[in-house]
Amino acid sequence: MGCVEIRGVSKAFGNVLAVDHVDLVTNEGEFLVLLGPSGCGKTTLLRMIAGIETPTEGEFVIDGRVVTGLPPRLRNIAMVFQSYALYPHMTVFRNIAFPLRARGVDESTVRKKVEWAAGMFQIGRLLDRKPRELSGGERQRVALARAMVREPSVFLLDEPLSNLDALLRTSAREELRQFQRRVGVTTIYVTHDQVEAMGLGDRIVVMSQGKIRQVGTPLDIYRYPADTFVATFVGSPPMNLLEQEDVLLGFRPETFLPADAVEGSEGMVTWPFEVTYTEYLGAERLVYGNVGEKSKGRHVIARLPGSLTLPLDTGKTYPFAVARRDLRRFDRKSGLAVPGDAA
Amino acid sequence: MTSPAVSPPSPETERAGILDREGTLAKLLIAPAVLYIVAMIGFPFVLAILYSLSSSTTGDPSLKIVGLRNFGAALSDPVFRIALRNTFLFTLLSQAIVIVLSRVLANALMKAFRGKWIVRFLIMLPWTAPISLGTIGWLWMYDSIFSPIDWVLRYLGALGSAAALFGPQTNLYWLGVPGLAIASVIIVNVWRILPLATVIQLGGLSSIPRDLIEAAEVDGATPWRRTLSITIPLTLPIVSIAFLFGIVFTFTDLVVVYVLTRGGPVHMTQVLSTWTFFKGIEGGDLAQGAAISLFMFPVLAVVAALILRMARRTEVV
Repeated sequence: MGCVEIRGVSKAFGNVLAVDHVDLVTNEGEFLVLLGPSGCGKTTLLRMIAGIETPTEGEFVIDGRVVTGLPPRLRNIAMVFQSYALYPHMTVFRNIAFPLRARGVDESTVRKKVEWAAGMFQIGRLLDRKPRELSGGERQRVALARAMVREPSVFLLDEPLSNLDALLRTSAREELRQFQRRVGVTTIYVTHDQVEAMGLGDRIVVMSQGKIRQVGTPLDIYRYPADTFVATFVGSPPMNLLEQEDVLLGFRPETFLPADAVEGSEGMVTWPFEVTYTEYLGAERLVYGNVGEKSKGRHVIARLPGSLTLPLDTGKTYPFAVARRDLRRFDRKSGLAVPGDAA
Repeated sequence: MTSPAVSPPSPETERAGILDREGTLAKLLIAPAVLYIVAMIGFPFVLAILYSLSSSTTGDPSLKIVGLRNFGAALSDPVFRIALRNTFLFTLLSQAIVIVLSRVLANALMKAFRGKWIVRFLIMLPWTAPISLGTIGWLWMYDSIFSPIDWVLRYLGALGSAAALFGPQTNLYWLGVPGLAIASVIIVNVWRILPLATVIQLGGLSSIPRDLIEAAEVDGATPWRRTLSITIPLTLPIVSIAFLFGIVFTFTDLVVVYVLTRGGPVHMTQVLSTWTFFKGIEGGDLAQGAAISLFMFPVLAVVAALILRMARRTEVV
């Protein structure tokens, strides 16, 4: 139950290839996040899994059954839309009951199931309201309840948190994760927000220009990016990339520290770092500057923990270093990680 | 220090004019509308009521009040009763057909296909043509001898031979047989309102967010269920407006019947508006004409009130 297999899927809109030969297999019950900038094809891929969009090429297999030509209703998937897509003329109860009634479930079961789903998302008291009388957070819960009520084998979510304000988003993220663990339904979640992806995903699929760039756990993606796109897209501020002869040298801003603060048992690399600008952000300090001789691609960012209070003046040069084990190398032409770095 | 001093407005050159006073300006701007309503709607309406209570004729238009006699006379006139029945029959039947056909057309126009613009253009065309011209075109379509409809039927073998579906005669005489004449009038009424209704329905359909339809698909709804549970309820307010407008246009229409049949054969297609015209203007009995036309008023008043209510409701949602 709950395994989605994507085999060589492409989708063309006119001359534009929105999804470009994608292969992907989900694990049973996992929380898989499709991450990428807008226009990278992640939503199109999700909509094809749902059956709303037909692939130009390739196949979809859900639970061992090829579903490529099937309409959404025969795929046993549930989807939460970015806009939530609640039926505005129906009460919350009828919204949640809709997928059950569409399947001809008898009324007493409908009542029981709706109450179960509403209880799970704590919206039992809202059942008689119309969607327009709900807050953003409440609407999101109704959409989740409507998707869950018929216990689908796969759960698809298209940026369901992007319409919530920042404070609500954090708590919604936590709830969503706990809920998914509890029901254990395979979930595919689309987002452009790397914080959401890192926080929610068992595995993350990073996409760009219709292609999968990397599939891995949040830690893998962050520590061992497969190419320069992933390196700079994931992480904020992004990974520093320094041009060094035939390779690009990559290191995370938080690993680039004043030489005294770096503990490198296997050695470290030290550069003179000319500070050009400092941002104090409370818990941390972002220091912008240049390393090495005058050349392109030597602008880097250092991210110092707030506990490191040593003064750094703009215009002055300090010795900064990175531990060798935190250095990543990328091919200058292809942008791909040079093998050997991955642990 | 460096910015140039702004001189205060001198009271001589800059005074608050009459247009600066909101109350006055509002009254001034609304005056033409009020004048128009009073002169073009209020006055004729009051006049119609007065005429209907009098014994005025075109020969003697002086107002001699005789009470409700004209209404009684109208009601006891069998032609009036036919006209009353026809007005409702034509309106309701044609609008029911319009609702169904316009939904079908609007659904077709929601899809993208080659040459869509020309189809849309052709559908809109009847609305741009003057009703009288369009109806004259239909008069030819229904011609007792040269009707193209009959010609097609004969060509298909459905007319003009002993075994034909519609009988052995060479023509159907659309406007000469009561049943066919009624059908003819209804067809033209449908043809006339269909473009407007289609455009309104199209607006209603395209105002439904795509997400909702897709959500219903994913939720397992069949196309039928999507139509019944999502599309129809969500477009109901706007469809009702199309329906009510169609009722007003058809209920009050004079031209279609006047051009096609002049109420014939033997008054079988007479409607209130034509009967008003024949009695009051051609027959010269202003009082009778006014009384007959006033029978339309209650229906139109109710429909107008409904339109206003529906329009307000669509604003809220």
